Amino acid sequence: METIYVDNAATTKMSKTAINAMLPYLDECYGNPSSLHTVGQLAQEALVRAREEVAKALGAEPREIFFTSGGSEADNQALLTGAERGALKGKKHIISQKTEHHAILHSLRRLEKQGYEIELLDVDEFGNVTAEQVKNAIRDDTALVTIMAANNEIGTLMPIKEIADVCHEKGVLFHTDAVQAAGHIPLNVHEIGCDMLSLSAHKFHGPKGVGALYVSKKLFPSTLIEGGAQERGRRAGTENIAGISSMAAALTESVANISENTRKLTAMRDRLIEGLSEIPHSVLNGDRNNRLPGNVNMCFEGIEGESILLLLDAKGICASSGSACTSGSLDPSHVLLAIGRPHEVAHGSLRLTLSEENTPEQMEFIIKSVKEVVEYLRGMSPVWQDLQEGKKKYVIQ
Amino acid sequence: MLYSEKVMDHFTNPRNVGTLDNADGIGEVGNAKCGDIMKIFLKIDKENGVDTITDVKFSTFGCGSAIASSSMATEMIKGKPLSQALELTNKAVVEALDGLPAHKLHCSVLAEEAVKAAIKDYYDKNGIEYDHAKLESKHDCEHCGE
Repeated sequence: METIYVDNAATTKMSKTAINAMLPYLDECYGNPSSLHTVGQLAQEALVRAREEVAKALGAEPREIFFTSGGSEADNQALLTGAERGALKGKKHIISQKTEHHAILHSLRRLEKQGYEIELLDVDEFGNVTAEQVKNAIRDDTALVTIMAANNEIGTLMPIKEIADVCHEKGVLFHTDAVQAAGHIPLNVHEIGCDMLSLSAHKFHGPKGVGALYVSKKLFPSTLIEGGAQERGRRAGTENIAGISSMAAALTESVANISENTRKLTAMRDRLIEGLSEIPHSVLNGDRNNRLPGNVNMCFEGIEGESILLLLDAKGICASSGSACTSGSLDPSHVLLAIGRPHEVAHGSLRLTLSEENTPEQMEFIIKSVKEVVEYLRGMSPVWQDLQEGKKKYVIQ
Repeated sequence: MLYSEKVMDHFTNPRNVGTLDNADGIGEVGNAKCGDIMKIFLKIDKENGVDTITDVKFSTFGCGSAIASSSMATEMIKGKPLSQALELTNKAVVEALDGLPAHKLHCSVLAEEAVKAAIKDYYDKNGIEYDHAKLESKHDCEHCGE
């Protein structure tokens, strides 16, 4: 049975380029970059090269790149930086929005307990916030605005350039979580005008456990992990040279292929949306066009997401869902609730996230398989039966 | 893997799926908001003077373990006297499925409750006296308050 992996927002398969870039640092080039001897200095050179490559891919300067253990750490460090800097000036108001990743939302919750005032903006039915909303929310004591570049569940692309502009007009710092966007859509920190930006290697065919935080040279990041003088004293711990070198190679490769991959992924994405929309009482989550090139997220009324995933897995299709059963909590996805889906509909969601390794033939197989699975599960669902018999009203027409 | 082979078997090849047109007892438990609804249909006939479940069907909205728990529970009560079906516990369903992950145990509780709700429905419809304490809902959902 062919495995069709369409869960690339969860993680991606490492590219050959990324694997090859990593190997020397697991083998002969094992030095600690902090060591003065030749073996250590070879590792130090690799670190310098990787920093230059990541900086170049983002339009930044090497000294503005801080390596981390991944996107979550980068997000934590960015928020701490914004919060601590604000507190020095007596500013303790932070603006974000409801569909952020938990790395942001939970960090904000902690800051709230520490006395910061957190304001989460509502999104519209497509998961969008506007620069106008941000502008209206900014106060004299606003320390930081943090809005993601692209949503991890429904793929909505946020107007981060416009948001950065209104932040700067008001002299407020702006951070963007670009974990889902980096390597997938063009990102240039100067064109966007962000002060901080987070990314994670394993979302663009790099390794897990490594990420980066861009911090404008006008700022100095707060320290999350205390210890040695690595990362100019802002992030202690012997550098993960293999992971960092691999991330740099993966990012360079992804950025070089953005136009080609966007064309390919958008065509497959649109075919999936078209095919799956033929299922009665189904709805696309997120914006029809203003979304990541490889993101499809749909709700099917009357059924539950985990069942869909298990049956698709039996057909070789690896996908994900925002149902409570798949999140390990009682509530379905906070993103689907934020765009206005009721609980019972949010439970029946399916996310398919593509990579350039997928093929148009696979899209046809997915469409056929999802149709079969939805029909089968609806056939045994008392909710669907009530809807069909008119005892309940359809939420999705 | 998340689930045992038994759970996957009962999820992918569920037994007794469907509805019964002239069911003698119907039990529905759960809440779509929480992501699980189970409905059980019983056909009850006198066999040797004893009320016996001669046929049973279920329909379930829910995750893999909810569907597997429904399937297993219906298998365990099919052909059994009502007195025996009333003794079905969620623990017995879990054991028969070779275990469920901790956060899925509530699915087996729903299965036990759906069976009891269907039997209660039969007793109520036929004016049969029963021990109310035995058929009280144990399901305690903090989320929806049911």
